[in-house]
Amino acid sequence: MQLETQNNSIFKVIGASSLGTLIEWYDFYIFGSLATIIGAQLFPADAGASALINTLAIFAAGFIVRPFGALVFGRLGDLIGRKYTFLLTLVLMGGSTFLIGLIPSYSKIGYAAPVLVLLLRLVQGLALGGEYGGAATYVAEHAPAGKRGFFTSWIQTTATGGLFLSLGVIVVTKNMLGATVFADWGWRVPFLLSILLVGVSIYIRMKMHESPLFSKLKTEGKVSKNPLKESFSHKENFKMVLLALFGATMGQGVIWYTGQFYAQSFLENTCKLDFNDSRYILLWGIAFATPFFVVFGSWSDRVGRKWIMLTGMLLGILFYRPVYQVFLTDTDVSHVQPEAIFSSTDIAPVITPVGERGDSLITTQTRIVLKDGTAYTRAAQLTRFADPSKAPLQGETLYKDKQLPAPVFWKFVGLIFFQILLVTMVYGPIAAFLVELFPTKIRYTSMSLPYHVGNGVFGGLVPFIATLIASFKGATPLSGLWYPIGIATLSFVVGAVYLSNRQPEHHEPEH
Amino acid sequence: MLGLLWMILGPAAVVFLFMQAREKTGLAAEGVARTNTALQWGIILFIFIPIGIGLVIFGYYALKGEYDVSEPGLNEEKIAE
Repeated sequence: MQLETQNNSIFKVIGASSLGTLIEWYDFYIFGSLATIIGAQLFPADAGASALINTLAIFAAGFIVRPFGALVFGRLGDLIGRKYTFLLTLVLMGGSTFLIGLIPSYSKIGYAAPVLVLLLRLVQGLALGGEYGGAATYVAEHAPAGKRGFFTSWIQTTATGGLFLSLGVIVVTKNMLGATVFADWGWRVPFLLSILLVGVSIYIRMKMHESPLFSKLKTEGKVSKNPLKESFSHKENFKMVLLALFGATMGQGVIWYTGQFYAQSFLENTCKLDFNDSRYILLWGIAFATPFFVVFGSWSDRVGRKWIMLTGMLLGILFYRPVYQVFLTDTDVSHVQPEAIFSSTDIAPVITPVGERGDSLITTQTRIVLKDGTAYTRAAQLTRFADPSKAPLQGETLYKDKQLPAPVFWKFVGLIFFQILLVTMVYGPIAAFLVELFPTKIRYTSMSLPYHVGNGVFGGLVPFIATLIASFKGATPLSGLWYPIGIATLSFVVGAVYLSNRQPEHHEPEH
Repeated sequence: MLGLLWMILGPAAVVFLFMQAREKTGLAAEGVARTNTALQWGIILFIFIPIGIGLVIFGYYALKGEYDVSEPGLNEEKIAE
């Protein structure tokens, strides 16, 4: 009976902590999922692709400040307690998300629009930097010995759950309002909705009690006086911060962001898959793989954290290139034979004037459906010069808006599932691993920094650096993968050589 | 000996990033402020230089054998001193 009550209590702790963290991830990711639309609202109408690039830079700024949030709120969490600190981060995250939904567009307030959004995005990043460590620490400090992996793995599901929720809310809102209204003002709805979700979560968290281990430290007067100094100036602790970063979180971060962000970007931008198809593939992959966070978190309680995490990294190192090669090969329609075509429908050509000399760009598009169910649009561009002595210039033929036949669609779902399964291997046990690496009195500060440097910086920069590598001379569409493969390899070697499979439990010293 | 490798890898990565930053920011045509990535590169260098220093310190600790001993509670006791 007592055990049942204890279990009820711990599941309330997990539920309340996870809900808030899930909402924070939701807030953090809707910005990225709506980057194209937000870019059009925040920057001049003629900014074109640079509007998207600048919007993605604002999105990335949120990742880069996460380590600073870890320091600010980690310190606060070790000084005043876990409960009030992660309540504060929730308020900051919810408030800034809501305000992003209210910012007028560039046409109303000029460059003040992107500047205000950048500032709010920085607040979001700082808040997230403080939230995760608090939630993981709070749950771990409630968990009985030998079950930390299982209990904290619920917190680990929230990052993927938040991404799933953000994609789901966006798809539903867009379908309800229609594409035009959504691009005009409907994109604000997911941001504004956040205030309701945060309100509920704050109400639930207000009813929670402080972590028992922190309360005990406070009662005994053993709370750290200067958590930053104790975390980073004591060699014994600082060396573990470095080991956590280079031997675990760095590799975990790139596996996470490759599986859940780069994969979608690759399908949409490199393979030119249809907008909805690429999102549905990701949604199915996430839905099937998410339970494995708990499976691997729980398993790590029995067999240790190290080799589960490192196996996830190793599988990524070995299989990323073959998996992405399949994506490329199966979406290549450039060599389709005429007998494979079921139907072909021409779309009215678009003629765009170029310059002031009377030259024009003619875009012709044909929607093609193959007998196996594949559909795509073939677009060709021709530049016609006003000067009759100049021959028309044929541009490159593009294949876009590809829709996959059911067998290939589900094969892609399987490949995304595999990548997210690797995410669950590296990410499921990591909260328990980090919590156990550091003592209670400086745990919030010490675990937050390597986590957010690994995820926010190494992971968050996967799209940017992978795109950069793909722009090198002689690069192929798969060259960008060398960044996550390289970082994961480094982390795997460091982890394999220096990490202990069973971290020592920290027993608070008796005074 | 692996420690030495980490100590070399930190500065090498930072130098590589500096070279890339110089090359890539130079590609943007003058006066095309919207496509210039100098600010983004500046931020990347600002973030990665401390990480490179961290890798050097990590390598130094590894070289000194600091990660060879793993005794339960060791960390806690030393911090409490």
